[in-house]
Amino acid sequence: MDGTALLLSLKLALLTVAILVPAGIIVARLLATHEFAAKPFVEALFALPLVLPPTVLGYYLLVAMGGHSPFGRWYEALTGHALVFTFHGLVLASIIFNLPFAIQPLQRAFEGIPEDLRHAAACCGLTSWQSLWRIELPLAWTGLLSAVVLTFAHTLGEFGVVLMVGGSIPGETKTVAIAIYDRVQGFDMTGAGLMSAVLLLLSVAAIALTYWTSSRHRRRHDHAG
Amino acid sequence: MNSHCRAWHRACLVALSALITGPVAAADAPLVAAASDLRFALDEVAAQFARETGGSVRIVYGSSGNFRRQIAEGAPFELFMAADEAYVLALAKEGRTVDEGVLYATGRIALVVPEGSALQLDPSLQDLASAAAAGRVQKFAIANPEHAPYGRAAQEALTAAGAWDAIRPRLVRGENVAQAAQFALSASAQGGIIALSLALSPGVLGGARYVTIPENMHRPLRQRMVLTKRAGTIARAFHAYLQQPAARAVFTRYGFALPAE
Repeated sequence: MDGTALLLSLKLALLTVAILVPAGIIVARLLATHEFAAKPFVEALFALPLVLPPTVLGYYLLVAMGGHSPFGRWYEALTGHALVFTFHGLVLASIIFNLPFAIQPLQRAFEGIPEDLRHAAACCGLTSWQSLWRIELPLAWTGLLSAVVLTFAHTLGEFGVVLMVGGSIPGETKTVAIAIYDRVQGFDMTGAGLMSAVLLLLSVAAIALTYWTSSRHRRRHDHAG
Repeated sequence: MNSHCRAWHRACLVALSALITGPVAAADAPLVAAASDLRFALDEVAAQFARETGGSVRIVYGSSGNFRRQIAEGAPFELFMAADEAYVLALAKEGRTVDEGVLYATGRIALVVPEGSALQLDPSLQDLASAAAAGRVQKFAIANPEHAPYGRAAQEALTAAGAWDAIRPRLVRGENVAQAAQFALSASAQGGIIALSLALSPGVLGGARYVTIPENMHRPLRQRMVLTKRAGTIARAFHAYLQQPAARAVFTRYGFALPAE
């Protein structure tokens, strides 16, 4: 059992959620409440990580963040170390490959809120921000929960992108998914099995939580309706 | 916003900044990029180094070709132990290393055959050639010759035996030689060509058998190591330790031929 790797994965997942979900709330609400010509294109762009092979994403991230790219060089000049093969690079990659997992549940939830409600809030003198905070988010909370849980669980399990931009460095980029791969190559099937079981349990718990809350939510609405 | 809410926000911010700052592990132990054939031998040497000097290193195992690319991209390794000196020399030419490095071992390859396989333990690979031609082999594992030196040596040996064309459609390629060993020794392959050092590692073979392939069947696996420009004192001490008799004895035990002192 590689405790360092598990801790690193948890840290990566928490950080991804903490950065991506608030940003996702803003973006998802904009997409849910506005119509504009480029909207299908923007939505497609955010959904891309769902269908793109992780290695393709990893390749482009490697090129974009590497020492040969302007961005990579700028970052290295700024911080004194490269972005690839570091924890910070992993966070950036993780935010990108989780975009659809955070944005889509939130957007569906915001779309489910009737427009009249927002208008009524505005009529009552609530600013857009107050309306989001007091009216819309409480109504969209199942979407918010799905976004948090899916982003968290997906980060724990991501392998391909992390393998390509991470470099499997202990305590820095060796996440639990990579550690499992490494243990198998080290002929340590017990260690690999143990870590796999932990990931399996976490994933089952996460998915069960979202299904449970959304079914409760539906039932309550059915009763109310 | 009331004061309770503000305190809660502040707690969130503190937690977030704690998350952002720095990696979780002791980051002072230098990173060593090591070819996969060293997986067990180097673990042993590193444990010995830690016992004798108190210094510890963090070792990452993988294919030499990948490490060569990662170091060129700025990966934070302080010592690179390649299975093929060409990768080290290429990095030296690009100015990523302190010098051209030093030869630390010459590797050998071995044919491994799991229990119950239809293959014979024939070091000349003639039985493999005829088995492949007769369709007696469904899956045969080697490391990927494109970026794993032991895969390249395996391909050369198979070519020298005249078995390459027949075996090629049956090959499963490991990302590095340790993965190739994992594939070769799984019950779903009839065998494979892996590093002798892995075949000699405790716990790897299980019920499988191995035979060393003659060194005239492939170009020598001249393994070179080099300190990168990032190397600190512990990495340098470990680099020196690897050339001491205590470390050399371990490498010999794992089947490596060592350069003269």
